[in-house]
Amino acid sequence: MESNRGRTFSRRWVLGAGAASLLTTGLTACGGSGGGASGDGKTITAFVYGDDAVKVQKAGVARFNKSAAAKKAGGTVKLTEVPGSDYSPKLRTAMGSPSAPDVFFNWGGGSIKAYEEADKLVDLTDIIEGDPVLKNGFLPSVLAAGDLGGRHYGIPMRGMQPVILFYNKSVFAEHKLQPPTTWDQLLDINAKLKKAKITPFALGGSDVWPNLMWLEYLVDRLGGPEVFKRIQDGDAEGWGDPAVLKAAELVKELIDDGAFGSKFTSVSYVNGGAPAVFARGKAAMHLMGSWEYSTQLGKFPDFAKSNLGWAAFPTVEGGTGDVRNVVGNPTNYWSINARTKNKDLAIGFLKECASEAYAKDLIDNGDVPTTSNAANLLSSSPNPEYAKFQYDMVQQAPAFTLSWDQALGDALGTKMHTEIGKLFAGQASPSEFVAACKGLK
Amino acid sequence: MTTTVDKRQAAPTAPTRNSRIGRPHAVWALPAVLFFTFFAVVPMGLAFYLSFTEWDGLGDPRPVGFANWQKLLDDPRLTQSLSLTVVLTVASWAFQTVVALLLGVWAAGRQRNRAVLSAIFFVPFLLSSTAIAILFYALLDPNFGIIQKDTLGSQSGAFLAIVFVGGWQFIPFHTLIYQGGARQIPEVLYQAAAIDGAGRYRQFFSITLPQLRHTITTSTVLMVVGSLTYFETVLILTKGGPGTDTAILPYLMYEAGFKTYDFGYASAIASFLVLAATGLSLVLVRLTGFGTMRSTREGM
Repeated sequence: MESNRGRTFSRRWVLGAGAASLLTTGLTACGGSGGGASGDGKTITAFVYGDDAVKVQKAGVARFNKSAAAKKAGGTVKLTEVPGSDYSPKLRTAMGSPSAPDVFFNWGGGSIKAYEEADKLVDLTDIIEGDPVLKNGFLPSVLAAGDLGGRHYGIPMRGMQPVILFYNKSVFAEHKLQPPTTWDQLLDINAKLKKAKITPFALGGSDVWPNLMWLEYLVDRLGGPEVFKRIQDGDAEGWGDPAVLKAAELVKELIDDGAFGSKFTSVSYVNGGAPAVFARGKAAMHLMGSWEYSTQLGKFPDFAKSNLGWAAFPTVEGGTGDVRNVVGNPTNYWSINARTKNKDLAIGFLKECASEAYAKDLIDNGDVPTTSNAANLLSSSPNPEYAKFQYDMVQQAPAFTLSWDQALGDALGTKMHTEIGKLFAGQASPSEFVAACKGLK
Repeated sequence: MTTTVDKRQAAPTAPTRNSRIGRPHAVWALPAVLFFTFFAVVPMGLAFYLSFTEWDGLGDPRPVGFANWQKLLDDPRLTQSLSLTVVLTVASWAFQTVVALLLGVWAAGRQRNRAVLSAIFFVPFLLSSTAIAILFYALLDPNFGIIQKDTLGSQSGAFLAIVFVGGWQFIPFHTLIYQGGARQIPEVLYQAAAIDGAGRYRQFFSITLPQLRHTITTSTVLMVVGSLTYFETVLILTKGGPGTDTAILPYLMYEAGFKTYDFGYASAIASFLVLAATGLSLVLVRLTGFGTMRSTREGM
């Protein structure tokens, strides 16, 4: 009996203690500031999109933490890599909590609008104007592309990301094809490829954003950059522009024609499905952001080095858009949380991204930096020819349209994704697509 | 069986022991109550509160009255989601119940191979839903998977995949419940039936099934409530697609909350789900007579 009582007591005690400690740790995890490291006031955190390119930011942080600038500002930067698909929700949740990052990766424009409206961003306009390193460090057009209402809130921190028409050189050589420069040529190539039982285009349709690239280019080629500009500026009637309907109809024709094969709605880009279809010659072309090169270099290095070709998106007959126009992401940006514990340290870190060493790291990764010294560095790229193509493409573009989903921001962008998904899955006709987009709020 | 009887008879002879240890006391439930309060009741209350506000995750929630609930009623996607959720729930229930019931009754036998096999069958339940979904996503890859068909690219294919993957994960759990239930059925019933000349099928339909009535209810309530909140598999396998073909309610809630950052609306969907799940399980319990706690052993 005695032992029995002892056991009851100890079990109760253990349960109580366990519950208490769990509750304490639970509450600490909720209320703390993301671990002990940032509790000393000398370490600031930076959230970054965690993909293959993150090694450049890692090197940049390591270099900065050892620099005189970091010592002067009295602290170090701690990098937090957030897996890509979770980046936006994780950032949003963190920014509304006490464990918010001090510096964070973003896409500029609409992607940070909500933070700007909630007074969570440091306005960098005056800081950039007053600092020669930042003012002269970047291509002005790229710096401006991430603006909100003419004010700078971000510093470019990754390479240029124009959307490019990639093709498989060996498949093209085998069937005696040239990359298309007009829409009619593209349709002609499609017909030949389908005859040879090769899917013309790889498409990661289950992710939806790769589908969006087709509409972005087609609308630009058909109606010029002004069509989307109007939508971006808040006029939903802009979706009613004939160029949007025509673009959706052309896309629909491509789908019905089997240009993307019959299984694209269940193929993903993020898990490597679409890049593999392309690299293994099951599909001949792939419309994708410039990062396709580093993706292929990582997954299929032989293909990337010898068989990966690239071209600009073709013109569309009767369209008014300039063939030199580009869509995609000018680059990514660092922004500073207005509630940072050490603003000087954060600004010091941003200056690091204008340094030659940082630009060199980007080049080595196969990226084209947006720094003003980029042109001189292109020759040291692992693929100088590709780097030069990209640089010239962006440099000479009369207009660079930011990816629609990023330009519209999360709320509108997600709803637009749904409509695009329905269009590509055959659940909505082009005119239904236009009507649905006009109703988006 | 005999051991159970022994315990019952022994119970009244042990009051001294009980009194020394002390009767079950409310304090004993405190840890569980605290946990439940902090991690279930409080968040649920907060979500309900948020459903009457407009909040983008930054700044402070702004009260908007019934606007989110009004929006919920007017949203054409709600109707679609709701019917998708119902179809998914019914299909999952039918698939899981049939397989788990048969497996469970089979596993209730006591031969050694059954114990070993039952342990193996249980393995899928030990894996996380996310791991399972990622595994099946790779297996179903249209170009490089084992089934090179456009499985996830059509509504019927995507739905079958979701039902199958869900079943693969949860059937082991329900099998275990049925195994336990089947083992509780008194052996004498079968012996008596055998003497009366009942075959295996007759025994199954006349003894096993009726005796498992409460087990079926328990398992059904768990399945239905589980299917209503089924989420990870849909997120990873189909992202609600193709188009909006598999955008069930929990996915719609995720999209409203963590993609469009309309937390007020997401909370309204969440609250609606809680109400629907509670209502449904109450109805189920009432319809099946489970609530009256009538014994399956009446007349024995």
